[in-house]
Amino acid sequence: MTEIGLPASPRPGPSARGVAQHRGLFDREILRGALLGSVRKLDPRLQARNPVMFVVLIGTLITLAEAIRQPTVFSWSIGVWLLLTVLFANFAEAMAEGRGKAQAETLRRTRSETQARRVLPDGSEEVVSSGALGLGDTVVCEAGDVIPSDGDVVEGIASVDESAITGESAPVIRESGGDRSAVTGGTRVLSDRILVRISATPGNTFMDRMIALVEGADRQRTPNEIALAILLAALTVVFLPVVVSLDPFATYSHAAVSVVILIALLVCLIPTTIGALLSAIGIAGMDRLVQRNVLATSGRAVEAAGDVQTLLLDKTGTITLGNRMATALVPVGGHTERELAAAALLSSLADETPEGRSIVALARDRHELAATSAPAGSEFVPFSASTRMSGLDVGARRVRKGAADAVRRWVEEHGQVVPPELEEVVTRLALAGSTPLVVADGGDTLGVIELKDVIKPGIRARFEQLRAAGIRTVMITGDNPLTAATIAKEAGVDDFLAEATPETKMRLIREEQAGGKLVAMTGDGTNDAPALAQADVGVAMNTGTNAAKEAGNMVDLDSSPTKLIDVVEVGKQLLITRGALTTFSIANDVAKYFAIIPALFAATYPQLQALNVMRLHSPQSAVLSAVIFNALVIVALIPLALRGVRWRPSSAAVVLRRNLLIYGLGGLMTPFIGIKLIDLLLTTLHAY
Amino acid sequence: MAFTLTLLALAAVLALAWRYLGAYMVAIYRGQVHWLGPLERPVYRLLGVDPKSEQSWKGYAVSLVLFSGVSLLLTYGILRLQGQLPLNPQHLPGVPAALSWNTAVSFLTNTNWQNYGGETTMSYLSQMAALTVQQFVSAAVGIAVAIALIRGLGRRGSSTIGNFWVDTVRGTLYLLLPIAFLAGIVFVAQGAVQTLAGPALIHDTLNGVTQLIPRGPVGFMEAIKQLGTNGGGFFNANSADPLENPTQLTNFLSIALMLCIPVALTYVFGKMVGSTRQGLALLATMAVIFASWTAFTTYAEAQPNPAVAAAGVSSQPQGNMEGKEVRFGPLNTALFGVASTQTSTGSADASYDSFTPLGGLGLLTGMMLGEVTPGGDGSGLYTLLLFALIAVFIGGLMIGRTPEYLGKKIQAREVKLASLGVLVMPITVLALAGMATALPVGRAGAFNSGPHGFTEILYALTSQGNNNGSAFAGLNGNTTFYNVIGGIDMLLGRFGVMLPVLALAGALAAKQTVPVSLGTFRTDNVTFVVLLLGVILIVGGLTFFPAISLGPLVEQFTHGRFFG
Repeated sequence: MTEIGLPASPRPGPSARGVAQHRGLFDREILRGALLGSVRKLDPRLQARNPVMFVVLIGTLITLAEAIRQPTVFSWSIGVWLLLTVLFANFAEAMAEGRGKAQAETLRRTRSETQARRVLPDGSEEVVSSGALGLGDTVVCEAGDVIPSDGDVVEGIASVDESAITGESAPVIRESGGDRSAVTGGTRVLSDRILVRISATPGNTFMDRMIALVEGADRQRTPNEIALAILLAALTVVFLPVVVSLDPFATYSHAAVSVVILIALLVCLIPTTIGALLSAIGIAGMDRLVQRNVLATSGRAVEAAGDVQTLLLDKTGTITLGNRMATALVPVGGHTERELAAAALLSSLADETPEGRSIVALARDRHELAATSAPAGSEFVPFSASTRMSGLDVGARRVRKGAADAVRRWVEEHGQVVPPELEEVVTRLALAGSTPLVVADGGDTLGVIELKDVIKPGIRARFEQLRAAGIRTVMITGDNPLTAATIAKEAGVDDFLAEATPETKMRLIREEQAGGKLVAMTGDGTNDAPALAQADVGVAMNTGTNAAKEAGNMVDLDSSPTKLIDVVEVGKQLLITRGALTTFSIANDVAKYFAIIPALFAATYPQLQALNVMRLHSPQSAVLSAVIFNALVIVALIPLALRGVRWRPSSAAVVLRRNLLIYGLGGLMTPFIGIKLIDLLLTTLHAY
Repeated sequence: MAFTLTLLALAAVLALAWRYLGAYMVAIYRGQVHWLGPLERPVYRLLGVDPKSEQSWKGYAVSLVLFSGVSLLLTYGILRLQGQLPLNPQHLPGVPAALSWNTAVSFLTNTNWQNYGGETTMSYLSQMAALTVQQFVSAAVGIAVAIALIRGLGRRGSSTIGNFWVDTVRGTLYLLLPIAFLAGIVFVAQGAVQTLAGPALIHDTLNGVTQLIPRGPVGFMEAIKQLGTNGGGFFNANSADPLENPTQLTNFLSIALMLCIPVALTYVFGKMVGSTRQGLALLATMAVIFASWTAFTTYAEAQPNPAVAAAGVSSQPQGNMEGKEVRFGPLNTALFGVASTQTSTGSADASYDSFTPLGGLGLLTGMMLGEVTPGGDGSGLYTLLLFALIAVFIGGLMIGRTPEYLGKKIQAREVKLASLGVLVMPITVLALAGMATALPVGRAGAFNSGPHGFTEILYALTSQGNNNGSAFAGLNGNTTFYNVIGGIDMLLGRFGVMLPVLALAGALAAKQTVPVSLGTFRTDNVTFVVLLLGVILIVGGLTFFPAISLGPLVEQFTHGRFFG
């Protein structure tokens, strides 16, 4: 993650300013499109893809035909409300798609045709349209040019503005070779000149595929969605004989039942609520991911994220802030801590590295040393790879801080020796995972500054929640095992992989998977590609190489390793929303029976009014109320379907109990109240 | 008080069966029991089966279908030809084609629906070689399928689910035969007849009456009738006949026999999947429904008969005694009825037709829930596991993971098979009941008219579709129409569930397991039991709600009251 300027740490916060602008749940523009879409979706060929709603559509047509043949207010009312039921379902889907389309539109703005300067084999250049670029072509991009397509930098180094994709205004460095060679079509070169080898065919760039997915254009139903659709189809099929057999049953009992009421009963019994919202839930799940600036290559990956049991988290950026901060001062050789602090402060006043600034802050906060700038006439000695020290020269006074062995050598050059306890202090701090910086003033060794990797605030609590939800966290770091162990303990991760290499990461993933676990990881380098491909959920950083992006099944436009936890949350939400609405839908059936069955046979068996526990006004108002409730509940649940049921990390037992109570018991009770209210309203309006 | 003791004793017997019969069954199906080896090994040699080789689910299913086909032909043949065959002291003629079809299917499918009076239709050979043999093997086959499904859940990455022939043979030899033999001795000792000497002619010189008392090999058939959750009795009056079920003790024994194997199978399940708690959760689910239905039905039968009360008889101190045996009384009879309809037994120690509308409702709905509480031998557990998979699927989603049961991910294929297995019964029953009420031949069969007549038709097809076999009486089922559709009903109700179950066993066995963590959906706690109950009652029960509201519910409300 290299950017020009600061901060060097991952950008804070989820990007509300990213590609995916937050739109209100019912954005007016989307709403208008969705209303149109819900009518357009009445096409029987589209409806046939959803067996539940297809049955409702057929029922609507029969009811409307009946209403035309024998017009009554009742049969027309039922017919119209059944049609509304279908429209509401279409509306839900169109809303979800509309939101996706709006986001795709934003993404597509980056995809306008541009001119590209293609380099011919003889070295000359020609100007072609970006659409004419083929795999392996090489193009030149200079300051101000828009990069025409996805590719790898093969020559040169440039700063690139990727804000079109990431929403982040700070430019990033792209250079040939290594892990920063990938460029994305639609981004703009700010400085310098690069040669880019095109790695995607036109219309098939990374962004093109992402746009198609976000739009839902080639949405494939995910495995779990298919399984649920099968269950819903089965529940629809079983209620067909229930209703059809009622006709001969009623005839046998000398009770005439109208086709309209039978259809009303059928529609109320089949799981229309979840049937209507199922595809909207899937599309919205994808959409929520995009809102967090993560693009998934398939819905399958989003679902898999909910199943993840092991998270491989990069230490830097995810668990620690990524900077070493001064946290303690240990004086040696009889010096006081205040003396050490003063020298440390002096050595760091002109040091603009994060470490340097943290030393200044520590000296100021802990010892109330108030110097704010280097004394006049002083000269800053910057850190260099050869001296491995930095410091300040004030007149003849030379203050240095640096690696223990470098400072010792420097002290010895001054003809002094370091205090005997220094070695012990340095070793102790190193063992504890800290970086010791030794401070010396001339030949006098004052003490040691302890630099520590600082754990992100709140991360420990987050890991505890994940653990409660049964998700194991494994910290991946290049640190030595001792340092890694200390940080792992402090951060509260379950396990760590120290001195990680692509090979050891891969082995770890394989081991976890062999135990039946699903693994999620983030990565950016080309050497991460195999592991990203092996992981069940592989989130590639957008700043990473094309190889990494190709290997993973998600790309994080913000390149923030913390995203992995968000991704898991979105996956869980998706599944929970499906389960909750299915439970709700099925539990609704009980009340609907109590509304319709007594009404169905009211003429023949007035005794069955005993089952009319809601005391609904009349048979007709009862049936109509049930149908209206059934339709309105779809509309009422659209926001929930689009937003998703909230998931707070806690144990499965707790989550289940809560959702069972809300959606199971709630689903049982709500329609009793809802149908009664609608019935009261109908009666008050003298509709019946 | 006496009834409370009966309930306590039953609970105690079943607790022992759960623990010890269960453990014995685990040993049987793990192949650790060998004491009848000299009998067992020749059977395999005869069948040409290598008892050490296992089958894929397809192999298992093909063997099952093959075995059932041969059984069907054999039973059908004996019934048709019984006039020419020995052991026919009454010289009964061959059974007509339609009735033979219905009866052969009935005993093959563990239903034991009887469109005939045993003592006036079946020769001793038919009763023993055709019917009683099927009572053993149909139960053994049912348990075998349950064991196959348990293996599917317990194994990982396995392509086989056991050997059909071995499971069936071992179940018959080590489980059913010994228990039925011991129980048969008790029945005979208590007064059930067991003879091949033909009917007895009694001259009551005192009253000047001559009576022909039918007899036969009853006592031992009675044992397997109950133990195998079969229900097909020797006599027409079934367990109400004093020569079949002579005393309160045999009545109690009958109830215990019906329930013991289905209950013990939950222990077998728990042991074989590696967690007794998992089995206990299923047992608890069964117990909740069984106990509620028992309370409901015994309460209903303890009330005065509304029709009798309407006729002006004010005092019915014992409750509804119409159609009941004085030696059992309403409470024991109601308990027997619940046990018989919530297993797939269907034996009757009273006339179920004469139960109060609510009592009848208790029996009818017990079957409509799919007979899973505890259900028939094997069929109860495997059907309950189908419900469990659907419950896991819906509930598992609600915790935000791909649902899994015992570490096995429940995906499209599993959902498809479980839905198929659960829904084939209601679809078949409702379609056939619709047909029967729509067609004149079907309507002609009912003895009563109105709601009661409707209940008679519905009960008959529900009973056959669930392989229960209990009869509400009143319906003349011995017509070509009812014999034929009843046969179809029973076949679909049996194999329409068994084959998806075996496919499921195969699919599950092949899967790897997901390790348990805090994020795992628990299937061994109270929440799961509640969820499973909800699925059974809503998905399993609500499909029949319109139908029962036209039958027993209307009937009850017509009498103007719900309870008492």
